[in-house]
Amino acid sequence: MTPTMTPATSGPALRVEGLGKRFGAVRALDGVTLDIRPGEVLALMGENGAGKSTLLKIITGDHRPDDGRLLLGGQEVSFGSPADARRAGVRVIAQEPEIIPHVSVAENVYVGALPARGRLFSHRALSERTRADLERLGFAGAMDPGCPGERLSPAQRQLVEILRALTGEVRVLAFDEPTSSLSDHEVSALFALIRRLRDQGVAIVYVSHRMQEILRLADRVAVLRDGRLVGVRPAAETGEDELVRMMVGRDLSAMFQRERNRPGGPVLALNGVTTDDVTDVSFEVRAGEVVGLAGLVGAGRSELARAVVGDLPIRSGEVLLEGRRLRPRSPSDTVRAGIGFAPEERKAQALLLHRSIRDNVSLAVLDRLSRFHLVRRAAERALVREYADRLRVKAPSVETEVRRLSGGNQQKVVLARWLARKPKVLILDEPTRGVDVGAKAEIYSIIDRLAADGVAVLVISSELPEVLGLADRIVVMQNGRVTGELDRRQAGEEQVLALAMADQITSEGARQ
Amino acid sequence: MSQTRVEAPAAAPEGRSAMRRALDGAGVQNISLLIALVLLVALIGAREPVFFGAANLKTIGTAVAISGLLAIGQTMVIILGALDISVGSVAGLASVASAMIFTATTGSAPLGILGALVIGALCGLVNGCVIVYGRVNPVIATLATLAAFKGVAQLVSNGRAQGYTGSDPVFVFLARGAVAGIPTLIWVLIIVALAVHVLLKYTDIGRNIYAIGGNDVAARLAGININRYILGVYLATGVIAALGGVLITARTGSGQPISGSEGLELEAITAAALGGCAMRGGKGAVSGTLLAVVLLGVLTNGMTLLGINPFWQNVAKGLLLVVAVVIQQVRSGERRVGLPA
Repeated sequence: MTPTMTPATSGPALRVEGLGKRFGAVRALDGVTLDIRPGEVLALMGENGAGKSTLLKIITGDHRPDDGRLLLGGQEVSFGSPADARRAGVRVIAQEPEIIPHVSVAENVYVGALPARGRLFSHRALSERTRADLERLGFAGAMDPGCPGERLSPAQRQLVEILRALTGEVRVLAFDEPTSSLSDHEVSALFALIRRLRDQGVAIVYVSHRMQEILRLADRVAVLRDGRLVGVRPAAETGEDELVRMMVGRDLSAMFQRERNRPGGPVLALNGVTTDDVTDVSFEVRAGEVVGLAGLVGAGRSELARAVVGDLPIRSGEVLLEGRRLRPRSPSDTVRAGIGFAPEERKAQALLLHRSIRDNVSLAVLDRLSRFHLVRRAAERALVREYADRLRVKAPSVETEVRRLSGGNQQKVVLARWLARKPKVLILDEPTRGVDVGAKAEIYSIIDRLAADGVAVLVISSELPEVLGLADRIVVMQNGRVTGELDRRQAGEEQVLALAMADQITSEGARQ
Repeated sequence: MSQTRVEAPAAAPEGRSAMRRALDGAGVQNISLLIALVLLVALIGAREPVFFGAANLKTIGTAVAISGLLAIGQTMVIILGALDISVGSVAGLASVASAMIFTATTGSAPLGILGALVIGALCGLVNGCVIVYGRVNPVIATLATLAAFKGVAQLVSNGRAQGYTGSDPVFVFLARGAVAGIPTLIWVLIIVALAVHVLLKYTDIGRNIYAIGGNDVAARLAGININRYILGVYLATGVIAALGGVLITARTGSGQPISGSEGLELEAITAAALGGCAMRGGKGAVSGTLLAVVLLGVLTNGMTLLGINPFWQNVAKGLLLVVAVVIQQVRSGERRVGLPA
């Protein structure tokens, strides 16, 4: 299991050249050229959506690039699948590794490569082998090789994934936010391991949001923004300030032109809301106001929204709608009370893809369109047409199946559904994800008009310019807690980003 | 943004020819079923002219009435995205119950029928509760109740036919009566089919059933109380299955715990699948199911007329179910990887 190392040649272990990738209208990567050298830790930084994961996925064979090429040890390679990449010695340690729940750690490690004599394999030999692997890597006693996968902690799961990677030849090893679920002690052990692998000549790619970690571990830092490589800095010669500036430094587009109106009284108020994912969240949204909920992916924003609409249970704290406490048992209660919610995963959570625009738009208002449960079809068609027109849904007819529409038009269908319902509060989770620029601008103006009509709007977005451009006020969350609230006049990308990563910086600082 | 093409005010549907509209209304699925039916009828009729006799057509009609009822119940469940394989057992239990209540009330047919329907409703409710609150997969849940309900029917009846309803005017009317020349059995099927058709196509309840089958997460987040719908649909299916059971009692003159109802779930599911109900939910219609029921009835009848070994009928039914679902899946374009969704 000792990783076989390629002789430390002078050239890069892996070179990506002019890499480009688009998803629909979105350019996820654009002309990225980068050397990943053996015996070096290269950190990859960037905001949500900057292209880090896409780059990682191309390197490890999950995606194929549209442009550019990969050179592994100077040879051009093309990976058709993650298995191809693994065979070539390029592996990624996923954030949440796939663990087979009912089999042992040892079998999880050697899955797909079970050492066997004929068709038989010995549980004991396998366990011993895994135990030896753990010792060699400095994790002796970290877990029992016989323990079933389902009982492993997140850190142990990661360790299984690392052991898997080291069962074969490794030339490039990528870590995707490996420390997000690890304790301090485990982080130190992981860093020691990474350094040892580096010293053995493995090329390490390390993706993280945690500034201090990166400055501690990395040899060089590459910063991505909007799919482009902004620059590469030696870790010793750069600092937090420069890196944050490289990550943001972007002009606010002229997309946001909005009449700021004076907001009315509070419509939605959260008071110490605690769920399985968020802790003690309090803030309010007033009539005619757009509040942005910013934070990194995984900060608990979507989970908070789902709890507010009754989709996830609230453990303590209260949600007030116009001063009255809501005790929702399911979203049907909150929809009736006047809260609309357009979830993050449009296709999976919001749309009936195989049904018409009409069916999708009228979904939340059928009760109002019916008399003695009979749907008044003319009224329905008129209403759907009205909103489809108002939101400029581009389609041959309202009977067109929604799966045939573009992402932007699909999102407009979801918005039309809620506009037709006329809610008091509308919660939009990533309303412009996967939407092209033109439709984005239209969606922004729809949100503006909603606020002008007195709706209290809460927008969850991972795109900072979007939050800054749209919102009157910005609530920043991190690790399930609110870390700050900013007025739009005082908010800049740096401030929001600092709050979104604040906890990690201080706790990392304390660690050192 | 004046250049954006504002969604054309649905000029399309009005502009098309009547023929085109009729075709669209019927759907590809129904038209292929109709063609298959015509071919089958021609094939059987050519070899056995008896097939077209009034007596034989009546036989087919009364034979499909009971399985047709269960298939219509199944259509609702499948559109919702679930499955109910306990319907045959519910029918058996209801048959026994109707006859026993009839006997116990010294000959009250209305009470017997009502009692059977209430028991059917309870059975449906049990199914729904096990699924929603017990979190049991619908196939497993109703497989369990398929056995359990059948067992209850055998227990209360000691495994024997119960009571004698053959001289009661109400049951006789159900079994052999006719209105406007059409047998009562067929009327029952027509009325239930129409009611479910209206429910599915013209009410918010039906539209929400399609929505839940199409995407339950989306339906829930749009404010539909999906638990209530699951319970309601299973309950309705239980009642319809029980009605089938009452008809079994009427036709045989006594309550039958097993005979006449066993295996009906297979026919019901086959008819629904053949009629165009997507097994993943969200798609299907009463009209397609009815056509498929008739097709299956003609097939069975034809095989009997042609003197084909009756054991082949089971093979044919099994084959048809698989073929119907395979065609669906091929059309949905699902990738051939792992277990089907």
